[in-house]
Amino acid sequence: MSAETDLKKTPLHALHLELGARMVPFAGYDMPVQYPAGVLKEHLHTRASAGLFDVSHMGQVIVKAKSGDNADAARALETLVPVDVLGIAPGRQRYALFTNETGGILDDLMIVNRGDHFFVVVNAACKEADFAHLARHIGDTCEVTPLPERALIALQGPKAEAALASLAPEVASMKFMDVASVSLVGADCIVSRSGYSGEDGYEISVPNEKAEALARALLAIDGVMPIGLGARDSLRLEAGLCLYGNDIDTTTTPAEAALNWAIQKVRRTGGARAGGFPGADAVLKGLDAGVSRLRVGLKPEGKAPIRAHTALFADEAGTQKIGEVTSGGFGPTVEGPVAMGYVASSHAASGTTIYAEVRGKYLPVAVSALPFITPGYKR
Amino acid sequence: MLKFTEEHEWLLVEGDVATVGITTHASEQLGDLVFVELPEEGTSFAKGAAAATVESVKAASEVYCPLDGEVVEVNQAIVDDPSLVGSDPEGAAWFFKLKLANPADAAALLDKAAYEALIA
Repeated sequence: MSAETDLKKTPLHALHLELGARMVPFAGYDMPVQYPAGVLKEHLHTRASAGLFDVSHMGQVIVKAKSGDNADAARALETLVPVDVLGIAPGRQRYALFTNETGGILDDLMIVNRGDHFFVVVNAACKEADFAHLARHIGDTCEVTPLPERALIALQGPKAEAALASLAPEVASMKFMDVASVSLVGADCIVSRSGYSGEDGYEISVPNEKAEALARALLAIDGVMPIGLGARDSLRLEAGLCLYGNDIDTTTTPAEAALNWAIQKVRRTGGARAGGFPGADAVLKGLDAGVSRLRVGLKPEGKAPIRAHTALFADEAGTQKIGEVTSGGFGPTVEGPVAMGYVASSHAASGTTIYAEVRGKYLPVAVSALPFITPGYKR
Repeated sequence: MLKFTEEHEWLLVEGDVATVGITTHASEQLGDLVFVELPEEGTSFAKGAAAATVESVKAASEVYCPLDGEVVEVNQAIVDDPSLVGSDPEGAAWFFKLKLANPADAAALLDKAAYEALIA
């Protein structure tokens, strides 16, 4: 297994092993898929209490205007994303998408206004390409500085606030999508009130050398349990959040992916800064004229999960294919199977019954609104 | 006679009927099961054919028919409560009973010592 020796390790790798994690390769890293509690209990624990996730494999990068004016960095970023970056107030963050020339999605990301620069967090599997993309396109006006010296820890769940506030009381007053500099275990951390579980919680950028001390301090708090990538996936699926590479990729446009909410009015047709990002014509046409397929929630009527790449049909006989599942599994909180996928717009209305081909049978599935759970975001 | 397969099924052979389930080792590898699909009673399978499906939160796996035979009874209890497979995989959570086409073929399967060596 020579490939395993090539896997990168996060600063929490030794801690994962100590905690009894089952490790798997993910985006080039040796990552915990589950701990001894197992995916089901880890998922339910996060929804009921607080879960700690190592997401240090994700990419962190600073974008700073060479002019010294942060608005120049915002304008530069707006040439790569269909998002109102100029409108992100200091101490706030916004979800964004890197688009390509055909309006497909290169990656999804978070953009944080840190006052004198922007702090950007991207997906692990895309990070080298994203760093190169930023340097190539806006490197003339901005310094683009990846931060491999920083780890990323997420603390998610209804008890996340009490847990983190026991180390730094000021985090309790943060609202959803606020970002602040916070000292934790003697380290300068960047804390955002956000996550990927559908629950309230925080994401904490911490220097590598302090990551284990911070994780141990959080795990020592009553109600905090380590959570692996398995439950991270089932949590985000119930929350209706996209997984890059499954639910969105270079072949899906923002409108097809039902991510219209991520494109603010000022960047749309008729807005003051309409377009001006890669693939703008295709992206805005999708928003203005509609699209022929849409990402939707899928709720199987029976108990059988429907997995990614399962074919979807309009009819019980399986003659008219109308789409495909992109993420699917069992939702422990929903206590049943949940999925999302792309279907023809003619069949995308909530409540429409379509059919999933599973082991030669055509199982009824209801097109459903997302998310499948009520999010706990602290707005 | 208790036998095992390299695909992590166990068989308790009594006369020409084998009770079939998955091993404790397999159950631990799969994690908490959330869905079990069993074959119809009366269905015949060849050795190695996918006879049942189990799903964890993350993934689906097949349970293979360990010998040629006809399914004569299935354990509805594990369909109703898939978590039984995690709590008692080599007992109450049997999957199906198979009327063996050639009962003598069971002798060639792994015995307990050989199976334990396989998973060691």
